[in-house]
Amino acid sequence: MIGLYRPGTSLLHRLPAGAKLLLLMAAVIAILILVRRPVDVAAALVAVTAAYAVAGFGPRVLLTQLRPLLWMIVVIAAFQVWLTTPARATVVCGVLLATVGAAGLVTLTTRVTAMLDTVGRALGPLRRVGVDPDRVGLLLALTIRLVPVLTDIVRQVSEARKARGLQWSVAALATPVVVRALRTADALGDSLVARGVDDGDDGDDADDGDDRDR
Amino acid sequence: MSEIRFEKVRHGYGDRPVLREVSLTLTERRIGIVGSNGSGKSTLARMINGLVTPTSGRVVVDGLDVAKKGAAVRRRVGFVFTDPDNQIVMPTVAEDLAFSLRRSGASKAEVADRVAETLERFGLAGHADHPAHLLSGGQKQMLAIGAVVIRRPKILVADEPTTLLDLRNTRLVGRVLAELDLQLVVVTHHLDLLADVDRVVVVHDGGIAFDGPPAEAIPAYRALLE
Repeated sequence: MIGLYRPGTSLLHRLPAGAKLLLLMAAVIAILILVRRPVDVAAALVAVTAAYAVAGFGPRVLLTQLRPLLWMIVVIAAFQVWLTTPARATVVCGVLLATVGAAGLVTLTTRVTAMLDTVGRALGPLRRVGVDPDRVGLLLALTIRLVPVLTDIVRQVSEARKARGLQWSVAALATPVVVRALRTADALGDSLVARGVDDGDDGDDADDGDDRDR
Repeated sequence: MSEIRFEKVRHGYGDRPVLREVSLTLTERRIGIVGSNGSGKSTLARMINGLVTPTSGRVVVDGLDVAKKGAAVRRRVGFVFTDPDNQIVMPTVAEDLAFSLRRSGASKAEVADRVAETLERFGLAGHADHPAHLLSGGQKQMLAIGAVVIRRPKILVADEPTTLLDLRNTRLVGRVLAELDLQLVVVTHHLDLLADVDRVVVVHDGGIAFDGPPAEAIPAYRALLE
Protein backbone atom coordinates (compact mmCIF):
# COMPACT_ATOMS: atom_id res chain seq x y z
CA MET A 1 0.00 0.00 0.00
CA ILE A 2 2.96 2.29 0.42
CA GLY A 3 4.32 1.30 -2.98
CA LEU A 4 3.45 4.90 -3.80
CA TYR A 5 3.16 6.76 -7.03
CA ARG A 6 5.17 5.61 -10.00
CA PRO A 7 5.32 8.24 -12.71
CA GLY A 8 3.86 7.41 -16.09
CA THR A 9 1.75 8.67 -18.96
CA SER A 10 -0.79 5.85 -19.25
CA LEU A 11 -4.54 6.36 -19.39
CA LEU A 12 -4.77 5.42 -15.72
CA HIS A 13 -2.07 7.93 -14.78
CA ARG A 14 -3.93 10.68 -16.61
CA LEU A 15 -7.33 9.88 -15.15
CA PRO A 16 -8.37 12.27 -12.33
CA ALA A 17 -7.94 10.87 -8.82
CA GLY A 18 -11.68 11.17 -8.11
CA ALA A 19 -12.55 9.10 -11.19
CA LYS A 20 -10.03 6.47 -10.19
CA LEU A 21 -11.44 6.25 -6.68
CA LEU A 22 -14.97 5.86 -8.09
CA LEU A 23 -13.75 3.18 -10.51
CA LEU A 24 -12.01 1.43 -7.64
CA MET A 25 -15.18 1.50 -5.60
CA ALA A 26 -17.16 0.07 -8.53
CA ALA A 27 -14.54 -2.61 -9.14
CA VAL A 28 -14.48 -3.68 -5.48
CA ILE A 29 -18.29 -3.89 -5.38
CA ALA A 30 -18.33 -5.85 -8.64
CA ILE A 31 -15.70 -8.28 -7.36
CA LEU A 32 -17.55 -8.78 -4.08
CA ILE A 33 -20.84 -9.46 -5.87
CA LEU A 34 -19.72 -11.39 -8.95
CA VAL A 35 -16.86 -13.56 -7.75
CA ARG A 36 -18.54 -16.76 -6.54
CA ARG A 37 -16.46 -19.62 -7.99
CA PRO A 38 -12.72 -20.28 -8.43
CA VAL A 39 -13.12 -19.60 -12.15
CA ASP A 40 -14.48 -16.12 -11.29
CA VAL A 41 -11.39 -15.56 -9.13
CA ALA A 42 -9.20 -16.36 -12.12
CA ALA A 43 -11.18 -13.91 -14.25
CA ALA A 44 -10.92 -11.16 -11.60
CA LEU A 45 -7.16 -11.65 -11.21
CA VAL A 46 -6.72 -11.60 -15.00
CA ALA A 47 -8.71 -8.35 -15.13
CA VAL A 48 -6.56 -6.77 -12.40
CA THR A 49 -3.37 -7.95 -14.15
CA ALA A 50 -4.70 -6.45 -17.39
CA ALA A 51 -5.39 -3.15 -15.63
CA TYR A 52 -1.77 -3.14 -14.40
CA ALA A 53 -0.67 -3.73 -18.00
CA VAL A 54 -2.78 -0.76 -19.15
CA ALA A 55 -0.90 1.35 -16.59
CA GLY A 56 2.41 0.01 -17.93
CA PHE A 57 3.15 -2.30 -14.99
CA GLY A 58 4.05 -5.97 -15.29
CA PRO A 59 2.90 -8.82 -13.02
CA ARG A 60 5.98 -8.29 -10.85
CA VAL A 61 4.68 -4.88 -9.71
CA LEU A 62 1.33 -6.50 -8.87
CA LEU A 63 3.10 -9.18 -6.85
CA THR A 64 5.07 -6.49 -4.99
CA GLN A 65 1.78 -4.90 -3.98
CA LEU A 66 0.38 -8.22 -2.79
CA ARG A 67 3.47 -9.55 -1.04
CA PRO A 68 2.73 -7.92 2.38
CA LEU A 69 -0.63 -9.69 2.29
CA LEU A 70 0.65 -13.20 1.63
CA TRP A 71 1.12 -14.36 5.22
CA MET A 72 -2.42 -13.23 5.99
CA ILE A 73 -3.71 -15.07 2.92
CA VAL A 74 -2.04 -18.27 4.12
CA VAL A 75 -3.73 -17.99 7.53
CA ILE A 76 -7.15 -17.14 6.02
CA ALA A 77 -6.86 -19.93 3.45
CA ALA A 78 -6.01 -22.47 6.16
CA PHE A 79 -9.02 -21.39 8.25
CA GLN A 80 -11.35 -21.40 5.25
CA VAL A 81 -10.24 -24.86 4.15
CA TRP A 82 -10.71 -26.10 7.70
CA LEU A 83 -14.11 -24.45 8.22
CA THR A 84 -15.58 -24.55 4.68
CA THR A 85 -14.21 -25.94 1.41
CA PRO A 86 -11.09 -25.42 -0.72
CA ALA A 87 -13.28 -23.75 -3.35
CA ARG A 88 -14.63 -21.26 -0.81
CA ALA A 89 -11.09 -20.61 0.46
CA THR A 90 -10.01 -19.84 -3.11
CA VAL A 91 -12.89 -17.39 -3.55
CA VAL A 92 -12.28 -15.57 -0.22
CA CYS A 93 -8.52 -15.27 -0.77
CA GLY A 94 -8.98 -14.40 -4.44
CA VAL A 95 -11.40 -11.58 -3.64
CA LEU A 96 -8.92 -10.21 -1.10
CA LEU A 97 -6.02 -10.36 -3.57
CA ALA A 98 -8.00 -8.81 -6.43
CA THR A 99 -9.35 -5.92 -4.35
CA VAL A 100 -5.99 -5.11 -2.73
CA GLY A 101 -4.33 -5.37 -6.15
CA ALA A 102 -6.86 -2.91 -7.59
CA ALA A 103 -6.38 -0.51 -4.67
CA GLY A 104 -2.61 -0.78 -5.12
CA LEU A 105 -2.99 0.23 -8.75
CA VAL A 106 -4.73 3.44 -7.72
CA THR A 107 -1.89 4.35 -5.33
CA LEU A 108 0.68 3.49 -8.01
CA THR A 109 -0.90 5.79 -10.59
CA THR A 110 -2.02 8.67 -8.35
CA ARG A 111 0.04 11.24 -6.51
CA VAL A 112 -0.84 11.49 -2.83
CA THR A 113 -1.42 15.23 -3.25
CA ALA A 114 -4.00 14.54 -5.99
CA MET A 115 -5.67 12.02 -3.71
CA LEU A 116 -5.71 14.54 -0.85
CA ASP A 117 -7.19 17.24 -3.10
CA THR A 118 -9.96 14.82 -4.02
CA VAL A 119 -10.59 13.87 -0.39
CA GLY A 120 -10.60 17.58 0.48
CA ARG A 121 -13.17 18.33 -2.22
CA ALA A 122 -15.30 15.33 -1.28
CA LEU A 123 -15.32 16.35 2.38
CA GLY A 124 -15.89 20.03 1.59
CA PRO A 125 -19.63 19.97 2.41
CA LEU A 126 -18.80 18.60 5.86
CA ARG A 127 -17.15 21.89 6.81
CA ARG A 128 -20.60 23.00 7.93
CA VAL A 129 -20.59 20.33 10.64
CA GLY A 130 -17.08 21.17 11.80
CA VAL A 131 -15.00 18.75 9.72
CA ASP A 132 -11.75 20.28 8.44
CA PRO A 133 -11.03 18.56 5.06
CA ASP A 134 -7.43 19.89 5.05
CA ARG A 135 -6.81 18.26 8.39
CA VAL A 136 -8.34 14.96 7.27
CA GLY A 137 -6.15 15.07 4.16
CA LEU A 138 -3.06 15.78 6.26
CA LEU A 139 -4.00 12.91 8.56
CA LEU A 140 -4.17 10.53 5.59
CA ALA A 141 -0.84 11.77 4.22
CA LEU A 142 0.83 11.37 7.60
CA THR A 143 -0.60 7.89 7.98
CA ILE A 144 0.97 6.85 4.68
CA ARG A 145 4.21 8.66 5.48
CA LEU A 146 4.56 7.14 8.96
CA VAL A 147 4.23 3.50 7.92
CA PRO A 148 7.91 3.25 6.87
CA VAL A 149 8.99 5.34 9.88
CA LEU A 150 7.26 2.98 12.33
CA THR A 151 8.51 -0.06 10.43
CA ASP A 152 12.03 1.27 10.83
CA ILE A 153 11.53 1.87 14.55
CA VAL A 154 10.29 -1.71 15.04
CA ARG A 155 13.24 -3.05 13.02
CA GLN A 156 15.80 -1.08 15.03
CA VAL A 157 14.26 -2.05 18.38
CA SER A 158 14.07 -5.71 17.30
CA GLU A 159 17.76 -5.64 16.42
CA ALA A 160 18.63 -4.02 19.76
CA ARG A 161 16.50 -6.60 21.56
CA LYS A 162 18.27 -9.44 19.76
CA ALA A 163 21.68 -7.91 20.50
CA ARG A 164 20.81 -7.94 24.20
CA GLY A 165 19.66 -11.58 24.03
CA LEU A 166 16.05 -10.66 24.79
CA GLN A 167 14.49 -11.79 21.53
CA TRP A 168 11.54 -13.45 23.31
CA SER A 169 10.73 -10.52 25.57
CA VAL A 170 7.56 -8.72 24.48
CA ALA A 171 8.26 -5.88 26.94
CA ALA A 172 11.73 -5.34 25.44
CA LEU A 173 10.05 -4.79 22.08
CA ALA A 174 6.83 -3.00 23.00
CA THR A 175 8.20 -0.49 25.52
CA PRO A 176 10.92 1.10 23.35
CA VAL A 177 8.66 1.00 20.27
CA VAL A 178 5.88 2.86 22.08
CA VAL A 179 8.32 5.36 23.61
CA ARG A 180 10.04 6.03 20.29
CA ALA A 181 6.73 6.23 18.43
CA LEU A 182 5.47 8.83 20.91
CA ARG A 183 8.73 10.79 20.65
CA THR A 184 8.48 10.68 16.87
CA ALA A 185 4.88 11.92 17.05
CA ASP A 186 6.00 14.74 19.35
CA ALA A 187 8.86 15.72 17.03
CA LEU A 188 6.59 15.55 14.00
CA GLY A 189 4.13 17.83 15.79
CA ASP A 190 6.94 20.34 16.35
CA SER A 191 7.91 20.11 12.72
CA LEU A 192 4.33 20.73 11.57
CA VAL A 193 4.19 23.81 13.81
CA ALA A 194 7.55 25.00 12.45
CA ARG A 195 6.30 24.50 8.88
CA GLY A 196 3.33 26.70 9.66
CA VAL A 197 0.63 24.04 9.28
CA ASP A 198 -1.65 25.67 11.82
CA ASP A 199 -0.77 29.22 10.87
CA GLY A 200 -3.47 31.18 9.12
CA ASP A 201 -3.00 33.48 6.17
CA ASP A 202 -3.37 36.53 8.37
CA GLY A 203 -0.83 39.30 8.30
CA ASP A 204 1.76 40.42 10.81
CA ASP A 205 -0.84 42.09 12.97
CA ALA A 206 -2.71 38.90 13.67
CA ASP A 207 -2.55 37.79 17.25
CA ASP A 208 -2.11 34.10 16.67
CA GLY A 209 -2.03 32.83 20.21
CA ASP A 210 -1.18 29.42 18.85
CA ASP A 211 2.20 28.92 20.40
CA ARG A 212 3.15 25.91 22.30
CA ASP A 213 5.54 25.09 25.02
CA ARG A 214 7.33 21.86 25.65
CA MET B 1 19.59 41.52 8.37
CA SER B 2 16.79 40.70 10.76
CA GLU B 3 17.14 41.33 14.46
CA ILE B 4 16.55 38.48 16.89
CA ARG B 5 16.32 39.73 20.44
CA PHE B 6 16.15 37.70 23.64
CA GLU B 7 15.03 39.93 26.51
CA LYS B 8 15.69 38.49 29.99
CA VAL B 9 14.56 35.09 28.79
CA ARG B 10 14.17 32.32 31.33
CA HIS B 11 12.91 28.84 30.73
CA GLY B 12 12.56 25.68 32.78
CA TYR B 13 10.92 22.29 32.72
CA GLY B 14 9.24 21.88 36.10
CA ASP B 15 11.81 22.75 38.73
CA ARG B 16 14.72 22.31 36.34
CA PRO B 17 15.93 25.59 34.87
CA VAL B 18 17.09 25.33 31.26
CA LEU B 19 17.79 28.99 30.53
CA ARG B 20 18.64 31.53 33.24
CA GLU B 21 17.82 35.09 32.20
CA VAL B 22 19.42 35.27 28.79
CA SER B 23 19.61 38.64 27.06
CA LEU B 24 21.04 38.60 23.58
CA THR B 25 20.65 40.47 20.30
CA LEU B 26 21.55 38.67 17.07
CA THR B 27 21.89 40.69 13.88
CA GLU B 28 24.78 38.99 12.08
CA ARG B 29 24.30 37.08 8.83
CA ARG B 30 25.91 33.87 10.13
CA ILE B 31 25.55 32.91 13.77
CA GLY B 32 26.68 29.71 15.47
CA ILE B 33 25.44 28.37 18.79
CA VAL B 34 27.47 25.72 20.60
CA GLY B 35 27.20 24.05 23.96
CA SER B 36 27.28 20.64 25.53
CA ASN B 37 24.20 18.39 25.70
CA GLY B 38 21.58 19.86 28.03
CA SER B 39 23.21 23.30 28.07
CA GLY B 40 20.05 24.98 26.74
CA LYS B 41 21.26 25.80 23.24
CA SER B 42 18.45 23.95 21.43
CA THR B 43 15.86 25.55 23.70
CA LEU B 44 17.33 28.93 22.82
CA ALA B 45 17.14 28.15 19.09
CA ARG B 46 13.60 26.76 19.29
CA MET B 47 12.40 29.96 20.91
CA ILE B 48 13.23 31.88 17.74
CA ASN B 49 10.20 30.52 15.91
CA GLY B 50 7.94 29.84 18.84
CA LEU B 51 8.44 26.10 19.32
CA VAL B 52 9.30 26.92 22.93
CA THR B 53 7.81 29.87 24.80
CA PRO B 54 9.90 31.49 27.55
CA THR B 55 8.75 31.02 31.12
CA SER B 56 9.53 34.71 31.53
CA GLY B 57 11.03 37.39 29.33
CA ARG B 58 10.38 37.57 25.62
CA VAL B 59 11.87 36.81 22.24
CA VAL B 60 11.40 39.40 19.51
CA VAL B 61 12.11 38.88 15.82
CA ASP B 62 12.06 42.00 13.65
CA GLY B 63 9.94 43.73 16.27
CA LEU B 64 7.43 40.85 16.49
CA ASP B 65 6.96 39.17 19.86
CA VAL B 66 7.25 35.45 19.09
CA ALA B 67 4.76 34.52 21.81
CA LYS B 68 2.08 36.81 20.36
CA LYS B 69 2.77 36.85 16.64
CA GLY B 70 3.78 33.24 16.11
CA ALA B 71 2.40 32.83 12.58
CA ALA B 72 4.01 36.04 11.34
CA VAL B 73 7.33 35.07 12.90
CA ARG B 74 7.23 31.58 11.40
CA ARG B 75 6.77 33.11 7.95
CA ARG B 76 10.11 34.84 8.52
CA VAL B 77 11.89 32.05 10.39
CA GLY B 78 12.37 28.58 8.96
CA PHE B 79 13.49 25.72 11.19
CA VAL B 80 15.51 22.63 10.28
CA PHE B 81 15.53 19.80 12.81
CA THR B 82 18.24 17.25 13.61
CA ASP B 83 16.33 14.25 12.30
CA PRO B 84 14.85 14.88 8.84
CA ASP B 85 12.58 11.85 9.26
CA ASN B 86 10.65 13.89 11.79
CA GLN B 87 10.33 16.79 9.39
CA ILE B 88 9.32 15.10 6.16
CA VAL B 89 5.55 14.97 6.05
CA MET B 90 4.60 13.78 2.58
CA PRO B 91 5.40 10.40 1.04
CA THR B 92 7.40 11.64 -1.95
CA VAL B 93 10.12 14.26 -2.37
CA ALA B 94 8.28 16.69 -4.67
CA GLU B 95 5.08 16.39 -2.65
CA ASP B 96 6.92 17.27 0.54
CA LEU B 97 8.37 20.40 -1.05
CA ALA B 98 4.95 21.36 -2.42
CA PHE B 99 3.42 20.80 1.04
CA SER B 100 5.44 23.77 2.34
CA LEU B 101 3.63 26.05 -0.13
CA ARG B 102 0.11 24.72 0.38
CA ARG B 103 -1.08 27.87 2.15
CA SER B 104 1.23 30.33 0.45
CA GLY B 105 -1.34 31.46 -2.08
CA ALA B 106 0.95 30.43 -4.93
CA SER B 107 -0.71 29.11 -8.09
CA LYS B 108 -0.23 25.48 -9.15
CA ALA B 109 2.18 26.58 -11.86
CA GLU B 110 4.21 28.67 -9.44
CA VAL B 111 4.32 25.81 -6.92
CA ALA B 112 5.53 23.47 -9.68
CA ASP B 113 8.22 25.99 -10.72
CA ARG B 114 9.46 26.53 -7.19
CA VAL B 115 9.48 22.80 -6.47
CA ALA B 116 11.50 22.14 -9.66
CA GLU B 117 13.93 24.94 -8.80
CA THR B 118 14.38 23.63 -5.23
CA LEU B 119 14.87 20.05 -6.42
CA GLU B 120 17.63 21.27 -8.73
CA ARG B 121 19.23 23.51 -6.15
CA PHE B 122 19.46 20.79 -3.50
CA GLY B 123 20.63 17.98 -5.77
CA LEU B 124 17.30 16.15 -5.75
CA ALA B 125 16.30 16.71 -9.37
CA GLY B 126 16.21 13.01 -10.20
CA HIS B 127 14.23 12.14 -7.10
CA ALA B 128 11.03 14.14 -7.48
CA ASP B 129 8.71 11.13 -7.32
CA HIS B 130 11.01 9.08 -5.12
CA PRO B 131 9.60 7.87 -1.76
CA ALA B 132 11.15 10.20 0.82
CA HIS B 133 11.86 7.37 3.26
CA LEU B 134 14.15 5.69 0.72
CA LEU B 135 16.50 8.68 0.39
CA SER B 136 19.94 8.55 2.01
CA GLY B 137 20.48 10.45 5.27
CA GLY B 138 22.20 13.31 3.44
CA GLN B 139 19.46 13.52 0.81
CA LYS B 140 16.78 13.53 3.51
CA GLN B 141 18.48 16.45 5.24
CA MET B 142 18.75 18.24 1.88
CA LEU B 143 15.02 17.70 1.40
CA ALA B 144 14.32 18.98 4.91
CA ILE B 145 16.37 22.14 4.23
CA GLY B 146 14.77 22.55 0.80
CA ALA B 147 11.28 22.22 2.27
CA VAL B 148 12.05 25.13 4.58
CA VAL B 149 13.95 27.31 2.11
CA ILE B 150 11.20 26.97 -0.52
CA ARG B 151 9.05 29.20 1.70
CA ARG B 152 11.70 31.92 1.32
CA PRO B 153 12.21 32.72 4.99
CA LYS B 154 14.46 35.60 6.00
CA ILE B 155 16.05 33.56 8.77
CA LEU B 156 16.91 29.86 8.93
CA VAL B 157 17.47 28.19 12.29
CA ALA B 158 19.14 24.79 12.01
CA ASP B 159 19.23 22.68 15.16
CA GLU B 160 22.15 20.25 14.88
CA PRO B 161 21.46 19.56 11.19
CA THR B 162 24.53 17.35 10.75
CA THR B 163 24.48 15.30 13.95
CA LEU B 164 23.08 12.20 12.23
CA LEU B 165 25.22 12.51 9.10
CA ASP B 166 28.56 11.04 8.05
CA LEU B 167 31.52 13.30 7.34
CA ARG B 168 30.82 13.58 3.62
CA ASN B 169 27.20 14.58 4.11
CA THR B 170 28.14 16.85 7.01
CA ARG B 171 30.42 18.77 4.65
CA LEU B 172 27.75 18.79 1.94
CA VAL B 173 25.06 20.14 4.27
CA GLY B 174 27.54 22.64 5.72
CA ARG B 175 28.36 23.90 2.24
CA VAL B 176 24.69 24.20 1.29
CA LEU B 177 23.87 26.09 4.48
CA ALA B 178 26.83 28.41 3.96
CA GLU B 179 25.64 29.26 0.44
CA LEU B 180 22.07 30.13 1.44
CA ASP B 181 21.18 33.73 0.85
CA LEU B 182 19.51 34.36 4.19
CA GLN B 183 20.35 34.88 7.83
CA LEU B 184 21.47 31.61 9.40
CA VAL B 185 21.49 30.52 13.02
CA VAL B 186 23.08 27.09 13.33
CA VAL B 187 23.24 25.02 16.49
CA THR B 188 25.94 22.41 16.15
CA HIS B 189 28.53 20.15 17.72
CA HIS B 190 30.51 20.14 14.49
CA LEU B 191 32.91 23.01 15.07
CA ASP B 192 34.08 22.87 11.44
CA LEU B 193 30.72 24.36 10.46
CA LEU B 194 31.50 27.45 12.49
CA ALA B 195 34.79 28.40 10.86
CA ASP B 196 33.22 31.04 8.60
CA VAL B 197 30.39 32.34 10.77
CA ASP B 198 30.35 35.93 12.00
CA ARG B 199 29.57 35.18 15.60
CA VAL B 200 29.52 32.20 17.96
CA VAL B 201 27.44 32.06 21.12
CA VAL B 202 28.63 29.50 23.67
CA VAL B 203 25.79 28.30 25.86
CA HIS B 204 26.70 26.66 29.14
CA ASP B 205 24.49 25.63 32.02
CA GLY B 206 21.58 27.75 30.83
CA GLY B 207 23.56 30.93 30.32
CA ILE B 208 25.85 32.58 27.79
CA ALA B 209 29.41 31.58 28.66
CA PHE B 210 31.07 33.31 25.72
CA ASP B 211 29.98 35.40 22.78
CA GLY B 212 32.32 36.49 20.03
CA PRO B 213 33.99 35.67 16.73
CA PRO B 214 34.74 31.98 16.08
CA ALA B 215 38.50 32.46 16.45
CA GLU B 216 37.92 33.37 20.10
CA ALA B 217 34.69 31.54 20.90
CA ILE B 218 35.74 28.06 19.78
CA PRO B 219 38.89 27.96 21.94
CA ALA B 220 36.80 29.32 24.82
CA TYR B 221 34.29 26.51 24.29
CA ARG B 222 37.04 23.90 24.15
CA ALA B 223 38.51 25.30 27.38
CA LEU B 224 35.09 25.13 28.99
CA LEU B 225 34.84 21.43 28.24
CA GLU B 226 38.24 20.58 29.72
